[in-house]
Amino acid sequence: MSDMHATPSAAIAEQDIEFWMSKDHHPANGTLLGFWIYLMSDCLIFACLFATYGVLGRSYAGGPSGADLFDLPLVAVNTTMLLLSSITYGFAVLEMQKNRRGTMMAWLIVTGLFGAAFLGIELFEFAHLIHEGAGPQRSAFLSSFFTLVGTHGLHVTFGIIWLITLLFQVGRFGLTPANKRRIMCLSMFWHFLDVVWVGVFTFVYLMGVLP
Amino acid sequence: MSAHIESHDHHDAHDHHEHDDGHAPSTLKGYMMGFFLAVVLTAIPFWLVMDKVIPNSQTLAVVILTFAAIQIVVHMVYFLHMNTKAEGGWSMLALIFTLVMVVITLSGSIWVMYHMNSNMMPGMSHEMTEQQAKNLP
Repeated sequence: MSDMHATPSAAIAEQDIEFWMSKDHHPANGTLLGFWIYLMSDCLIFACLFATYGVLGRSYAGGPSGADLFDLPLVAVNTTMLLLSSITYGFAVLEMQKNRRGTMMAWLIVTGLFGAAFLGIELFEFAHLIHEGAGPQRSAFLSSFFTLVGTHGLHVTFGIIWLITLLFQVGRFGLTPANKRRIMCLSMFWHFLDVVWVGVFTFVYLMGVLP
Repeated sequence: MSAHIESHDHHDAHDHHEHDDGHAPSTLKGYMMGFFLAVVLTAIPFWLVMDKVIPNSQTLAVVILTFAAIQIVVHMVYFLHMNTKAEGGWSMLALIFTLVMVVITLSGSIWVMYHMNSNMMPGMSHEMTEQQAKNLP
């Protein structure tokens, strides 16, 4: 209705409104932001478990200490597995951006295998500790250790289950917008677990063996 | 005119979402850079601890915690694509809030429980308190 006087000032006003509106209209981004908020709440769970370990981590109750128990070369291998799974997931996301379904699924499978290797090594370590009598009931240190590292391992387990589910989804329905969104959510979840693991190997394993 | 603006704006926003879902597209260079930095920042602390490069435990702890903090930032930037613009800044706001909570939880717990142990444990000699001070993670 104001087409009559399309002055330069009107054009500027139009640009201003457009800028404000495009910033405010973000319905399509809701899932990713919501998932990020979930990850932040997960981060608080891990913060509580880290705090518990920080308080109890030297309460050995006359039992074995971290220096006696932790096998650092094994932890280094484990860390490598998780780091490699992170970069291969990155490759999967890159293939997804190019809409190459086959190679994307291949990279996802590689990621899942690295994740499974990580879990296998962790379960081997846990079984070894329990076999040596250093189970979670041995001391406050071991209780908090198993809770923190076990919760992380549980997250990786669910990440692998999610990954397998996604593989079937993508295999059946292809790279639909919904599946792409799911892949981006799992990407955030997977990289977030790697961030938590950085805290675990530093705070629990490396600092645990210090005299 | 207002109807015209709205439809135009809607079209713009739609285009935007179709291309990148509101996130900057990931690049191979970014992932490789992040991976390289992560490997270096992981290898150094493992080397420092396993080869006992720094004899003083407390100094070593501070050094490896610093490496961990840097590595977490690297992962956030290169793998989680964290920046101040993602989701109109709301991701960063949530992250900052979470970091504040994490710092309060961690430092608060360790600080309070350390003083509880050193001041309120019955029958604890001064010597043992000092021992605990050394053992504090």
